[in-house]
Amino acid sequence: MSDASNAALLDVRDVSKAFGTVEVLRAVSLEVKRGEVVTIIGPSGSGKTTLLRCVNFLESYDSGSIRIDGKEVGYRDAGTRQHRSERDLAAMRAETGMVFQSFNLFPHLTAAGNIMLGLRKVRGKSEAEARQIAEHWLGRVGLAHKADSLPAELSGGQQQRVGIARAVAMEPKILLLDEITSALDPELVGEVLAVVRSLAEDGMTMLMVTHEMAFARDASSRIVFMADGGVSAVGPPAEILAAEASNERLRSFLARFRASHF
Amino acid sequence: MLGQIIYALPFLAEGFAVTLWVSLLVVVLSLVAGVVLGVGLVYGPAPVRWAVRIFSDTIRGIPILVLIFFVYYGLPAVGIHLQSFWAAVLALTLFKTAQVVEYLRGAVGSIPRGQSEAAMAIGLTFRQRLAYVIFPQAFRRFLPPWINGVTDAVKGSALVSLLGITDLMQAINQVIGRTYEAMPLYILGALVYFAVNYALSLASRRLEQRFAFIRE
Repeated sequence: MSDASNAALLDVRDVSKAFGTVEVLRAVSLEVKRGEVVTIIGPSGSGKTTLLRCVNFLESYDSGSIRIDGKEVGYRDAGTRQHRSERDLAAMRAETGMVFQSFNLFPHLTAAGNIMLGLRKVRGKSEAEARQIAEHWLGRVGLAHKADSLPAELSGGQQQRVGIARAVAMEPKILLLDEITSALDPELVGEVLAVVRSLAEDGMTMLMVTHEMAFARDASSRIVFMADGGVSAVGPPAEILAAEASNERLRSFLARFRASHF
Repeated sequence: MLGQIIYALPFLAEGFAVTLWVSLLVVVLSLVAGVVLGVGLVYGPAPVRWAVRIFSDTIRGIPILVLIFFVYYGLPAVGIHLQSFWAAVLALTLFKTAQVVEYLRGAVGSIPRGQSEAAMAIGLTFRQRLAYVIFPQAFRRFLPPWINGVTDAVKGSALVSLLGITDLMQAINQVIGRTYEAMPLYILGALVYFAVNYALSLASRRLEQRFAFIRE
């Protein structure tokens, strides 16, 4: 089904969604291949985050289909639009990792405990095995010494690194990153992006929304520019972020972005 | 005065046991029912939310004494005959359940939405999210008002004496009926109720400290 290495791991087709009368997604189509890092940029309100949240069905969508590894995400099949059962949906979500802008660590659990919860309850691993995996990933994000710290005892950058470890420890097929550095103090952004970069080097498939243009340029396989709920331009970073981009909306977005950031 | 108290003690012991038994039943039953209905109020589909809302608002708008009389004297009219003991327990439980629903709603509602989303994102089912993410955090907020409610239940159980049930309150009245010495016995009764509730408050404070993982 999906053994061909060039088949899309994530296949978003004509997805539309409206909140009341406001159309937030208009027939969005997007593919992410295995091992690719795809970055979504665009002005606020363009639907970037909503699209990301549709991929693991934190938001439902009105029409179109989203498939991961050939399997429809939120609905039993695209035609009937009948929601998957709670159990089914949970199992699907476990295949996608998500890292949030506001970290959303569980405050009553330690760093290791945050990572172990899904391993224990969803993956059914033993306490010892889950602990071992948690320690491995905490080591990967440079926080081996913080395994038994509560989130409130960690800096924002450290919390976000635990957030990433929590997501990747589940061995998801794709990692969704939703503006993961937007809530961080500028001096803490680098440590988080370094972790993402090392995951990319390991071949982790990622779809991310970010305002870190320099990072998007260096780390992405492709960049998707969204505007008004639709995909306005897609291409390799050099092409999309070129100052003389042929797309009018993209050019004005980048111009405004440069003006406000430098 | 001490002599009268010592004389009365054996008579009161049985009543005290009834008071504790009524309180325990009411507290446990209302906790179970209130948590289930509270979850329905927060997460349920619209019809469930409406039903729980109407139940809770109605019950909380009725004086507890009216509720007790309604269950004991009113329900037989529709063919439901309950012994005085169970009528009292039912009425007190209904009353307390409506309160537990509100404590739960407040406690669960105080947990940021991102917590549920993070729990969903790692693939936890609804029950798992409640059990491992939401309830452990909500517990700390639920506990103080709930313990308050437990002490209210112990005090409120004195109302069952109005249906002729021999609880601590009724036992005190019976002893007074024989000895005509009201003051020492009411003081004794007050002390017993106070001792129970003060112990509960202390236990609550210790529990709260135990669950005070840092945040906010």
